[in-house]
Amino acid sequence: MPGQKFGPAWFPGVIAGGLAICGALLIAAGTRERAPWIAPPEWIHSPRARVGVAALLAGLVLYVLAADAVGFHITGIVLLAVWIRLLGASWRVTLPVALIATLVIHFCFYKLLRVPLPWGVLERWAF
Amino acid sequence: MGLLTATVLAQAFALVFDPYVLWVILASAIFGLFVGAVPGLTATMATALLVPVTFFMPPVPAIASIVTATAMAIFAGDIPSCLLRMPGTPASAAYTDEAYALTKKGQGELALGSGLWFSVLGGLFGTAVLIAAAPSLAEIALKFSSFEYFWLVVLGLASAVFLALGNPLKGVVSLLVGLLVASVGLDNPAGFPRFTFGNAELAGGLTLIPIMIGMFAVSEILRSVARIEQPWEMAQAKIGNVLHGMWTLTRRYPMQLLRGSVVGTAIGALPGAGADIAAWMSYAISKRFSKEPHKFGTGHIEGIIEAGASNNSALAGAWIPALVFGIPGDSITAIVIGVLYIKGLNPGPTIFMNNAPAIYAVFMVFILANLLMLPLGIAAIRAAKQMLRAPREVLLPVILLFCIVGSFAINNSIFGVVLMLAFGIVGYVMEENGFPIAPAILGMVLGAMLEENFISSMIKADGRVFAFFERPIAGALGVLTIVVFAVPLVRRLTARS
Repeated sequence: MPGQKFGPAWFPGVIAGGLAICGALLIAAGTRERAPWIAPPEWIHSPRARVGVAALLAGLVLYVLAADAVGFHITGIVLLAVWIRLLGASWRVTLPVALIATLVIHFCFYKLLRVPLPWGVLERWAF
Repeated sequence: MGLLTATVLAQAFALVFDPYVLWVILASAIFGLFVGAVPGLTATMATALLVPVTFFMPPVPAIASIVTATAMAIFAGDIPSCLLRMPGTPASAAYTDEAYALTKKGQGELALGSGLWFSVLGGLFGTAVLIAAAPSLAEIALKFSSFEYFWLVVLGLASAVFLALGNPLKGVVSLLVGLLVASVGLDNPAGFPRFTFGNAELAGGLTLIPIMIGMFAVSEILRSVARIEQPWEMAQAKIGNVLHGMWTLTRRYPMQLLRGSVVGTAIGALPGAGADIAAWMSYAISKRFSKEPHKFGTGHIEGIIEAGASNNSALAGAWIPALVFGIPGDSITAIVIGVLYIKGLNPGPTIFMNNAPAIYAVFMVFILANLLMLPLGIAAIRAAKQMLRAPREVLLPVILLFCIVGSFAINNSIFGVVLMLAFGIVGYVMEENGFPIAPAILGMVLGAMLEENFISSMIKADGRVFAFFERPIAGALGVLTIVVFAVPLVRRLTARS
């Protein structure tokens, strides 16, 4: 807003200035130590950890994209099954846990706490 | 003000000793013990996960569940320290090696017992200070204007940066990121949309609970999955009567117990630093003043007593600034403040006038939770082997689905899940690279308060900076703030020359 010294832009401006200064100082310190620009984390060498982290992140993105259309229940069961299996549990453990955990969350949040979890394609059979 | 009449006490008593509230306390206690005992699940995470559930409860049980779960979790963090050489929560990390060394020497029972006994005593000490200090501090705070609040917020932010472990420059970056997040939306003195990009979700500002679920729960799950190859190997410990010998220890180390509790409460009350930093400091102090410092690290009980009391007393200490000023003392109370607002228990000096029964009920819950810790803690130690056998590959995904639903439930909007995911990644990357999380959280919670008090002070003072020092308390706080910032700078300059 023009004509106002402490308008809405002032506070973010101060923050931006501070971040720029701190960023410059950190870069200077890193250059002095000859630190690499990017270093891979240690777990990158473990296939199980790599797959696990990738699956969690991809699954979360998928949930955001699919939950409304497909519904919480199907998305939840599928994601849990994929995650648990990929982290190393057997199918005999994976399937019952995915099913029961999703139903328990449905019961706690949808039934008891009245959170409108989306039904998606199961809308007709909502209970 | 804050008149503690018999009526208020009776009302508070009735609020706490209601069957529903007692059930909530018991359930939260078991939840807290489990979360605390499993490495990778923290007390702050327990709080963030509880919020979506407490959302639907009346104020007293909602707060009671958080108080109970966090107290139990901080104690239970000691259990895997003794058995797995892994802290159950970061608050136990300071003395994990010491506790494990005791177990290796065949004194696991002693290590577990003192973890429990001195947690209870430290927790009760912190609670006593909270009950005594908060109402009288509120009386002083009633006279505060925007000038005093401005300096208090600046001091709080400064202490979060300087008390964080590691590089203070990274602490400042973390703080600024938090303040930046706080400035999104319409909620600023000018009511001008900032960083909204024409998006309606962003205009309302970023909701803190999904962000905290992301930063404290999702990032922690990512870290646990990244470390999933690390096996959990349990040390053998014979567990009989864990409280055996505790009275002797209390009589032998009274000074350590007192010092740990005092330091813990004080660190807790300082904004931005909580139980984990309190434990590190108390362990270091204990070693520094010990008659037998050479025994530290070889399985010596002294440091465990002091730091174990310290981290539990920090929990209650953190509530002092949270209740009186709305300035969180640690990450847990940063979440709690949001819950207080939702429940209509707006923090601030008037809370003791407007909501006296509810606040005294919360104080009673603190006492009750710490007393309840004794029997439940003994049970948890006995069940430790079963709890630590919980398969991570099943546990972590289920918690993640719970996080998704919890983030969604706050506004019934998928945008909450987006926020959770984004800040989960941000939190993970920050911590892996040595940027502390606590300053960012404090910045998010206090950003609006900082800007508002600065702008309204500036308008009152007509732009004169000197007005910030004209009122006696404001002047003192202002000078203190400048000293806090100047000391490390001067020290660095003199050290170089």
